[in-house]
Amino acid sequence: MSTAATTETKPAPAAIEKIMVKVDGREIEVPRLMADWSGKLTPTTMIQACELAKTDVPHYCYHPKLPIAGNCRMCLVEFGTPALGPDRKPILNPDGTTKIAKSPRPAIACATPVSPGMEIYTNTPGVKQMREGVLEFLLINHPLDCPICDQAGECKLQEYSVDYGQSASRFVEAKVHKPKVVDLGPRIMLDDERCILCTRCIRFTKDIVGDDALGIVNRGSFNTLTAFPGKAFDNNYTLNTVDICPVGALTSKDFRFQMRVWFLKETRSVCTSCATGCNILIGSREEKIYRYTPRENDAVNGPWMCDYGRLNYKWIGRADRLKDVLVRNVGQASSLSHSQEKSETGRMPVLHSKVTWTAALSEIADKLKNAPAGSVAIVASARQTNEELWLISKLKAKLGAISDSISRTGAGDKLLVSTDKNPNTNGAQLTGVAANSMGTNLPKIADGIRTGKIRTLIVFGEDVTRHGIGVDLLGKLETLIVSDILPNATTELAHYLLPGCAHAEKRGTFTNTKGRVQKFMKAVEPPGDARPEWEFLHDLVYNVTGQDGFLTIEGLFNEMAQDVPAFNGLTWANLGDTGVTVKT
Amino acid sequence: MSFTVPANLEGEIDELISHYPVKRAASLMVLHAIQEHFGWISQEAVEWTARKLDLQPINVYELVTFYPMLRQEPMGKYQIKVCRTLSCALGGAYELHQHFCGKLGLDAHKHGPQTTQDGKFTVEFIECLASCGTAPVMMCNDDFYEGVSHAKADEILGGCK
Ligand code: SF4
Ligand code: SF4
Ligand code: FES
Ligand code: FES
Repeated sequence: MSTAATTETKPAPAAIEKIMVKVDGREIEVPRLMADWSGKLTPTTMIQACELAKTDVPHYCYHPKLPIAGNCRMCLVEFGTPALGPDRKPILNPDGTTKIAKSPRPAIACATPVSPGMEIYTNTPGVKQMREGVLEFLLINHPLDCPICDQAGECKLQEYSVDYGQSASRFVEAKVHKPKVVDLGPRIMLDDERCILCTRCIRFTKDIVGDDALGIVNRGSFNTLTAFPGKAFDNNYTLNTVDICPVGALTSKDFRFQMRVWFLKETRSVCTSCATGCNILIGSREEKIYRYTPRENDAVNGPWMCDYGRLNYKWIGRADRLKDVLVRNVGQASSLSHSQEKSETGRMPVLHSKVTWTAALSEIADKLKNAPAGSVAIVASARQTNEELWLISKLKAKLGAISDSISRTGAGDKLLVSTDKNPNTNGAQLTGVAANSMGTNLPKIADGIRTGKIRTLIVFGEDVTRHGIGVDLLGKLETLIVSDILPNATTELAHYLLPGCAHAEKRGTFTNTKGRVQKFMKAVEPPGDARPEWEFLHDLVYNVTGQDGFLTIEGLFNEMAQDVPAFNGLTWANLGDTGVTVKT
Repeated sequence: MSFTVPANLEGEIDELISHYPVKRAASLMVLHAIQEHFGWISQEAVEWTARKLDLQPINVYELVTFYPMLRQEPMGKYQIKVCRTLSCALGGAYELHQHFCGKLGLDAHKHGPQTTQDGKFTVEFIECLASCGTAPVMMCNDDFYEGVSHAKADEILGGCK
């Protein structure tokens, strides 16, 4: 039996001593040590303590997942520590409270550790003045071109200027002009006049990616962020710099000038380009996807994602998406078809004709019910969701079918990218749809078709002609039932073609390479008659097996979790936004 | 453009590097040695230095662009450096600089060192030469001049053959 599912990603660390500090007069207990950007325990900083106290400290250069630089000074706060007498004991006020010695100078909250009894003040007139000063300084050479800047709406400079900025500039001198529209790399455009020199991008590419590609050249107000002349900023993670750049200096060539960010609807989802399953937000408007951005999940991708996965969304909106439920007109296919119907031009025969879901599903169900045991085979992609694969496994059990998935591998890296390019290899395995060693049943299926033993093939989301079951073999089948998203050689030959959905168009879960079960939500509507596979699979399973299930994804997931040992104990609700790790 | 470092210079550089606990610490000394030899530090020289010190070119490029004394382009045969820190500024450094630029057909308002087309003269501002009492002061190559009037400036230019 399975072990209980767990949300823990690491063993619980040894207990860390707690200390009391005060943030704006409120006492709060904080650990003496906290994880730094690399996960190492280091003395808790003021900014971390303020975060625990739910007090916002404005900052630019500080990023919890990057080494500390302490260069922007936006996070300056005032503070005090218990005053000590000559005996090194705290001096008490007449009322018995500890006397606090206020520091005459402020400190940067991002790089200053807290000490027991420390008081941090983030809302004094002095702190406000310092923030105003820093902002005014940062804006001296800023072009103030928000109306044409892609960052507008998610810009820290804009946000803090609303809080601490002046409505009119006191700066009358000429601004320093720096390079604009700098082609920094294949996916990144840089506007040096907007850069506030926080070095986040430099630290990211150097310390997280290990590609020391960016730097600041020249001096003083001529400081300019750049790559070495002639060297493109080009690694598989460059677009993360666009996310962490607090201003609009670094922009994504793919996204710039496409859409104002405040018009985007953000949907929690998961990247499907490899088995890592980075958590993402899908930005869409009016059923069109404009971008993916990483969604922080420390158990999976932290705050990052790779450029390849981020940009691999355009296929979802392709014009040639499968939109209709089709039956094939030629061969011994369907009573629903119009044999050898002529196309509108009167020359070519129309290969497929459009039918309704109900008609197609009930005819498929009849055929499957009458299929002799062992005459059906199933190839279902490890890109389908857990729920879909589980429904397919029910069909498989009922029909006594042989089944498998198709493995997909490629180059991986040390940071995020997995060598497994299927988002749900573990799901295909845990539901028993994939062979123990994925792909080893494919030759058996091919043989079965060749010898005539297998007469019906069900394919979900794969072009089997590229995986050893060629056009000639498909031609021998009595019935070929195919569900897919985009056309390919297999969909061409389908007797029944059922248009499915991209992950962005449905809800469901994947189990990533580390066994984390993660759910994703629906961002956009599917095109035409396309339906989420789990919906029509549910109907099909009901028609074939007579077993009724749940009509909601929540109910379906919970039922699956009870049935599949590895998923025991999971519920749709307790997956939360960041998933749960199971034993695979 | 091919960039080659002669064997004796490379030997000198290797020796320099050996003085430091980590190679990166030798960056400035290596750049000085290269500039001493070639007169300026080209992009190829930056890449060569980075390879030599196990760094990325951008790391060396940051240094080269930070220090104005590290030259990113060939300089004139005669380098005229006018001090413009406070005392000299009050003592007429800007007028002196303007005077040189006017004489040599250079734009006094451009940022950084300006070199004549024939490559004979470079004029630039520098910071305090620690002779504030005799402002305005300047250097022509390694020679130092105090209380430089415009007439004296013309004399200095005249001496540059
Ligand atoms: S480009 Fe953006 S992230 Fe990089 S230093 Fe400038 S402001 Fe910071
Ligand atoms: S690492 Fe994998 S899951 Fe993450 S963004 Fe890249 S392709 Fe997607
Ligand atoms: S956030 Fe602390 S100095 Fe920049
Ligand atoms: S100010 Fe010119 S020498 Fe000091």
